[in-house]
Amino acid sequence: MSWISGHLYLIPLLPLLAAGIIAVNRQPRRQLASRLAIGAMLGSFLLSAGAFCGTLGRASGGGAVPEVHNFDWFQMGGSWVRLGWLLDPLTAAMLVMVTFVGLLIFIYSVGYMAHDANFTRFFCFLSLFAAAMLGLLIANNLLLLFMCWELVGLASYLLIGFWYHKPSAAAAAKKAFITTRVGDVVFFLGIVWLYSQAGTLLFYDAGQGCLEHSVLDSMAARTTFGGIAVTAGIGLLIFCGAIGKSGQVPLHVWLPDAMEGPTPVSALIHAATMVAAGVFLVARMYPLMAAHGVGAFDAPLAAGFSALTVVAWVGAITAVFAACIAVAQTDIKRILAYSTVSQLGFMMLGLAVGGVAVGMFHLITHAFFKALLFLGAGSVIHGCHEEQDIRHMGGLRRFMPVTFATYAIGMLALSGFPLVFSGFWSKDAILHAAHHWEVSRLPFYLGVVGAFLTAFYMTRQVCQVFYGHYRGGQAAAPGHAGKGKSAHHAHAHAHEPHESPRVMTVPLAILAVFAILLGFIGTPAWPWFQSYLTGTAAEFNFAELRNPEILSTLLLSTALVFFGIGLGWLLYGRQPASDAQAVDPLERWQPDVFALLRNKFYVDELYEMTVIQLNAWFARACDNLDYFGWNGLVVAVSYLTIGLAWLDRVCDEFVVNLGFDGICRGVSQGGKILARLQTGRVQSYLRVLGVALAALVLFLLWGCGAS
Amino acid sequence: MNEFPLISVLTFTPLLGAALLLLPGVGDKGRARGTALAFSLLTLVLAGGLWWHFDPAARDLQFVEKHDWIPSLHAQYFVGVDGLGILMVLLTAMVTPLALLASYRIADKGPAYYSLLLFLQAGLLGTFTALSFLHWFLFWELSLIPAFFLIKLWGGPRRSEAATQFFIYTMVGSISLLLAFLALYLTAGTFDFIELAAKGRSGELARLLSSKLPAGSWPALAREQLPLVIFAGALLGFAVKVPLIPFHTWLPATYAEAPTGVTMMLTGLMSKMGVYGFLRLLLPIFPDQMRLVLTPLLWLAVATIVLSAFAAFAQKDLKKVLAYSSINHLGYCLLGIFAVAKATGSDAQWTTEKTAALNGVLLQMFNHGLTAPILFCFVGFLEARSGGLRGLASFGGLRKVAPVFCGLMGIAMFASLGLPGLNGFVGEFLIFKGVFPLVTWAAALSVLGLLITAVFLLTVIQRVFNGPLNPQWTGLADLSRRELWLVVPATVLMLAIGLCPQLLIGHFNTTVMVMVEHLKF
Repeated sequence: MSWISGHLYLIPLLPLLAAGIIAVNRQPRRQLASRLAIGAMLGSFLLSAGAFCGTLGRASGGGAVPEVHNFDWFQMGGSWVRLGWLLDPLTAAMLVMVTFVGLLIFIYSVGYMAHDANFTRFFCFLSLFAAAMLGLLIANNLLLLFMCWELVGLASYLLIGFWYHKPSAAAAAKKAFITTRVGDVVFFLGIVWLYSQAGTLLFYDAGQGCLEHSVLDSMAARTTFGGIAVTAGIGLLIFCGAIGKSGQVPLHVWLPDAMEGPTPVSALIHAATMVAAGVFLVARMYPLMAAHGVGAFDAPLAAGFSALTVVAWVGAITAVFAACIAVAQTDIKRILAYSTVSQLGFMMLGLAVGGVAVGMFHLITHAFFKALLFLGAGSVIHGCHEEQDIRHMGGLRRFMPVTFATYAIGMLALSGFPLVFSGFWSKDAILHAAHHWEVSRLPFYLGVVGAFLTAFYMTRQVCQVFYGHYRGGQAAAPGHAGKGKSAHHAHAHAHEPHESPRVMTVPLAILAVFAILLGFIGTPAWPWFQSYLTGTAAEFNFAELRNPEILSTLLLSTALVFFGIGLGWLLYGRQPASDAQAVDPLERWQPDVFALLRNKFYVDELYEMTVIQLNAWFARACDNLDYFGWNGLVVAVSYLTIGLAWLDRVCDEFVVNLGFDGICRGVSQGGKILARLQTGRVQSYLRVLGVALAALVLFLLWGCGAS
Repeated sequence: MNEFPLISVLTFTPLLGAALLLLPGVGDKGRARGTALAFSLLTLVLAGGLWWHFDPAARDLQFVEKHDWIPSLHAQYFVGVDGLGILMVLLTAMVTPLALLASYRIADKGPAYYSLLLFLQAGLLGTFTALSFLHWFLFWELSLIPAFFLIKLWGGPRRSEAATQFFIYTMVGSISLLLAFLALYLTAGTFDFIELAAKGRSGELARLLSSKLPAGSWPALAREQLPLVIFAGALLGFAVKVPLIPFHTWLPATYAEAPTGVTMMLTGLMSKMGVYGFLRLLLPIFPDQMRLVLTPLLWLAVATIVLSAFAAFAQKDLKKVLAYSSINHLGYCLLGIFAVAKATGSDAQWTTEKTAALNGVLLQMFNHGLTAPILFCFVGFLEARSGGLRGLASFGGLRKVAPVFCGLMGIAMFASLGLPGLNGFVGEFLIFKGVFPLVTWAAALSVLGLLITAVFLLTVIQRVFNGPLNPQWTGLADLSRRELWLVVPATVLMLAIGLCPQLLIGHFNTTVMVMVEHLKF
């Protein structure tokens, strides 16, 4: 047990303390806030690096047994509910990634948010965000993980709605929280189910944890609805949480809207923290996800249904679905947002078909180049005076050389440009694994299409932003200007785009370096990262590259990338759009399909018409039921009571009180009436007799019936 | 320690305060408020002492005082607390000063107002500590009367109707409760809750009820059905108080019309009287009868959770949103209680689940008792600034002018929607942890309530706090120092319970274990 594994809690605690101190500070002190946040993050990064080195030593020793520390939280009957943290290669790798990328984003934010009035609040929320994410990574208890998971949701809610005075930002924040909460409540059910089945929520607890063999085997032996194993059922419910958090179809709708937040937030959400949480969850719960009915659980591809089958399908569909939408978007950040959704689909696919290492490798490489791209986009937006529409950009490579160079590296990494860029290796590993998936070949083909589209839309974006001539400056559409920052700041500059300050470009350069280098830790020739996660020693084996199976996918993905980039260049690069109003070449070719894609397959509209309408209708119905139904019943009872009271009063006043008078009057009146009966006319006597007879017969009949 | 009648002193302290306030000398307003606050704080100190000296590991009642009161009726003065009782005593002692502080703007007939509020507190403390029916019922009714006058005299524009509705509704419940317990007395010959529970457990009570009551007293009913009728009578009394749909229609109007301080008492404490009744009386005395009608009861609990959440979403008045949200939160308590009553499989197998659910119920009672009053208090602050406006659409962008207000109210709202790290989460988690294996369908349906709660609370934040600032409120003041003194301790407490629920659970875990053992069917 190393010192660091016993004090792992310090890693989330430092940013949390920073957030707390900034929050309670009454006078907003900008310098203090940013330095505190960055300092805490730096501390966490150093601790994470220490933890990482600790696991490094063990990895070569063989086996990846997590080091766990559990502690009592509260009593429940005769036992204690325990929480804890753990250190294993998966956690360590994620910790390093999150703290490092987070640190760079924090530094970048100092420049990007320099003119914002709520600078200190921003750093408070950023630190909270990082703390929650780091807590999630070290949790050794699904409940603790869920708690941090929800706090990540809260922090993202606060940051997406950071410019709360904009109604669109306020709506986007709410949408993000609610959409992810849809997944979360199902996840919540999964947790309580797992708790009742396993008797614990600790992942690892000296053989008794819910991810350890003995417990998993006994759970897998039980079946539930539809004959699937209990583990598969629980896995599916838990995966619903990941669907929401990681923006998988059909809960992806919040992620593009989350662009309403400041750009560093987008980078943080899309690269290091929020969306990575869902993928991490699947990776963390992998033994459970892979477990299925009969047979050993370490053979996920054997016959039998496990939650991973669903994960693979959802991932593959998301990968293509979002990539299609990205092709037709014009907002620089939205293109990246749909790209993230698509890449997350790839990660899920990788996890499901290839195992933890494949998915996590793409998660890590993606974190770096997507952070790079978002920060680059932020630099572009900053340089173009808050312009986000790529139709109003163009030719920026001359104005912003550093941003351009780093952005190009990010774009090539995301597209998976062969050999030197990290995205190539991580995406290739996914395609390779999908090719060998035994359940179906279709996810592989979906992945191929997704990879091609990725290269295509990224080329489209880069061509429109950096090539051609500058199309901005001429009367930008009013709706796009002034995203949150003070307008006079934008006007203070000339209308030429300008390069961003060093505090923003240096993080870009660092991220760009990693976007290249990271690929080399997970190539088929030297699968160090994969070995690290599984706790085995990696070996150089260049012969692997010549293995026809591996070589064929390598060549295929190379071809896909060249095809995608080539087509993109052909359509957008060769003849750049002349002005902002120019029609997109694809739109000219297929206007209807393009409209469908630009409107994101109308998913938002569909939800608006179904779920949201239904929700509102049901709420009104419940309100009406209350008002007219239950309350009506109560009112009816009260009126009945009032009616009875009234009747009682009538009886009292008119029957009892007036009774005596009435009787007296009645006697004299009666005499007169009876006297009138004695008319002497036979007809009337007979008539009375007939009526009396009929009445008598009826009475007797009624009497018989009653008895 | 047992020699000193701590509970009696505790109960009569606010009563003494209430009486003092009616003396002519204390008449002027400022001094009345101070006096009332001093008495409530004294009560809080006494409750703190009770909490401190309470032995969490003991399985028996503590601080017991037992004296004959009306021997001919077997009526006793019998008080004592277990984990459940002390939790409620502490909550009462905490919420009352907050309610008094939140009532600082009461100008009209101040002394009477404060006196009634203390009167109400005494009634509540008595209810949560009394263990013999007549004595308990006296306090139960005693709390109703001040509440009625507080609403009737200091409420909003439609206060008269609301007060009448509240009074008649709860009165109907009380009468059926009284009749039910008279029937119990006639058969079992005791008013003692502990004895009644023992008889209910052993099934003796049901036997006595069907044999001892005069035959033909209710001709349409078979003898076996009599216990069920009596159970239904008691159930009605508590169901109205909690409330359980469909006995809830008094609540939104009452909460909306009552002055802020009174709403805080109503939602924080009086609603707990109902849940307390379920735990102290219905579950131990009528386990068999409850199980007989368990499925409809579970459906009602689920309906309470889901329908009230949706109804809250449809409201346009902030106080009504919170009122329905309050119904929703107590629905989880009822769900937990009903699920616990379910007999499934052998005892050993389900002990953990039942313990979890009941621990969750108790925690949820306290958490709701803390969070809901604070939320109403915030709405009260808003009303005070806006001149009585509290529509969802009347505001907008308040974060700009009142960041502290919005931040702290935001924290309370997130506590209410069960954000981990704040107090609401653990209780709800434990309830669902217990209910899911016991009654899976009910748990699965009820999570809808968790979702919709997030929807309507975030909608409130979006409409009131976010968006462009409504120009009408550019001069809106942020929280004053006095208001901060009210809400900051409560916020700290929310955080503390959320991070360390053992603070509370440690005190009632043993009681819950005893309750679960006694639930053996």
